[in-house]
Amino acid sequence: MTERQTLELITVETLLERVKTLHTQGYRLAQIGAANVPGYLEVNYSFAREECLLTLRLQLAGEEPCVPSVSHIYWCAVLYENEMHDLFRLKVEGMAVDFQGKFYQMAVPYPFGSRKAPVAKPAPEPRPAKPAVPARAAAELAVTA
Amino acid sequence: MPRTVIPFGPQHPVLPEPIHLALVVEDELVVEARPSVSFVHRGLERMVEVKDYVEFVYVAERICGICSFIHGQTYCQAIEKIMNVPVPPRALYLRTLWGELSRMHSHLLWLGLMADAVGFESLFMHSWRVREAVLNIIEATTGGRVIFGTCKIGGVRRDIPNERLQQMLGELDSIEKDTREITNVFLNNRSVAGRLRGVGVLSRQDAHELGCVGPTLRASGVAQDMRQLGYAAFGDLPVEPITRNEGDSYARCDVRCAELFQSIGIIRQAIARMPDGALDTKVTGNPNGEFIARTEQPRGEVVYHIKANGARNLQRFRVRTPTFANLPALLKLLPGCQLADVPVLVLTIDPCISCTER
Amino acid sequence: MVSLAMPRLVLKWVARKPSTSRYPFEPRKLLPGSRGHLTFTKDSCVFCGVCAKKCPTGALIVNRAQKEWTIDRLLCITCGYCVEACPKGSLALAAEHVTPRATKDREVH
Repeated sequence: MTERQTLELITVETLLERVKTLHTQGYRLAQIGAANVPGYLEVNYSFAREECLLTLRLQLAGEEPCVPSVSHIYWCAVLYENEMHDLFRLKVEGMAVDFQGKFYQMAVPYPFGSRKAPVAKPAPEPRPAKPAVPARAAAELAVTA
Repeated sequence: MPRTVIPFGPQHPVLPEPIHLALVVEDELVVEARPSVSFVHRGLERMVEVKDYVEFVYVAERICGICSFIHGQTYCQAIEKIMNVPVPPRALYLRTLWGELSRMHSHLLWLGLMADAVGFESLFMHSWRVREAVLNIIEATTGGRVIFGTCKIGGVRRDIPNERLQQMLGELDSIEKDTREITNVFLNNRSVAGRLRGVGVLSRQDAHELGCVGPTLRASGVAQDMRQLGYAAFGDLPVEPITRNEGDSYARCDVRCAELFQSIGIIRQAIARMPDGALDTKVTGNPNGEFIARTEQPRGEVVYHIKANGARNLQRFRVRTPTFANLPALLKLLPGCQLADVPVLVLTIDPCISCTER
Repeated sequence: MVSLAMPRLVLKWVARKPSTSRYPFEPRKLLPGSRGHLTFTKDSCVFCGVCAKKCPTGALIVNRAQKEWTIDRLLCITCGYCVEACPKGSLALAAEHVTPRATKDREVH
């Protein structure tokens, strides 16, 4: 069977209702992950059933993003939510098991969460065609210790 | 009844990797288990900022030592899907072959650790002796025993010549004979069965609710195997998920033993049907887009979510490893068990903590 | 009915010699395809530095002006990226593994 992947953009208000519907339809929680995109924090909830993978995407703007916990619907979400809190400084309200920030104990708190942390380099602009200059190219390749 | 807190781990003879469980016990009955992870958190997800997307295969392979090849393969599959790179059929079959060899070595390693957990050290040694034969095949064909280093974006880096494949068939026959001897002991020996039967029963409903994957899910009766998605050569070599219904540790052991023989069968079929042709497709440019790739590791389903924006470095690399999905099952199984069953329960989900914490 | 699987297995192996090899008294059996260490032929090298650029761990440093090629054996993961990248074929992977050493030095060629 070939895989079918769908992506749905939702808002924080509709999250719990949507997750509850998927739970009654028999979906298994596959993963909950966050990503720092320039401008907002993106949170993806992936659910799997047979060959379908359905992803719900939240885009949270602002300095203190906050989501409600889905752990009273899927208990296994506690691990993902604690991890997102410890790495991204994402506030999750109402977790069934709250580690209070001690799930991942690291020397640097919230390593992915600082807005000053480097994000991936932006996409490069298309380069104009370079004329061939053999002597310069050879000098560029020399690596000095 | 007064309660005592016994720390289990992070250094413990049965644990392959460090995890800490604070077990709250009343006499010998475990009442609660509080986990503490992050002993091997290396922050590999942020390595995307340093290594470009081509070199990152090496980092992805080194997330785990036991399931390393399939990590590299899943990463390559995700990038190939984003960049629309067609992989030649011979490379797909070779990846399948190495993936199944990786699965065999992982299950044999697990069998040894489970024997060690119940105290059966000579069986542990025998399992790892059989595993040495598999590692020798892997080293002769890929160059490394643990980190294969053969998967790259667009295909594979090394070929296995056809004469070597025929020789591998003979080696597989002797591995199968040895595996049959040790799985016979695991499944029929009274002392092993006494430690495994009825321990840690996970019902079908619970396994599904807690998000379990892999043999932990299949031993509770749910027939789900990511190899049915048809990635690599599994479109031509269909895989029937192996299930049991009891959901206890004995059933999980039984599923893994049966999967060993299933992998040997898949490797034989792959060798028989190996197509000739190129080994890789040249890849130029940078990835732009995102994809979620799922494959079946020895421990279950691994989810790779990769986002790229056209730069040389990826934007986000998110791995959800199967042990991360099976940990909630462990936390639900521990309360109510005897203290002596804790090593059996911790090993029965096949924990790979270095994968979990990346 | 008691299973005789384990007694049979034990008796089979009682008369055989041990499966473990007596390393380091006996040398390890080398498998020909193994990625043990990197070999360098100075004669064909032109010091272009492509291998150093491609090395994922930074084990190679090439000095074009002084015609020097150095490798840190302990950083090298024998991935073979440099072997594929070298335009002159000066690099190759050999099967013998790197011996343990007491200091972290760069090997200079």
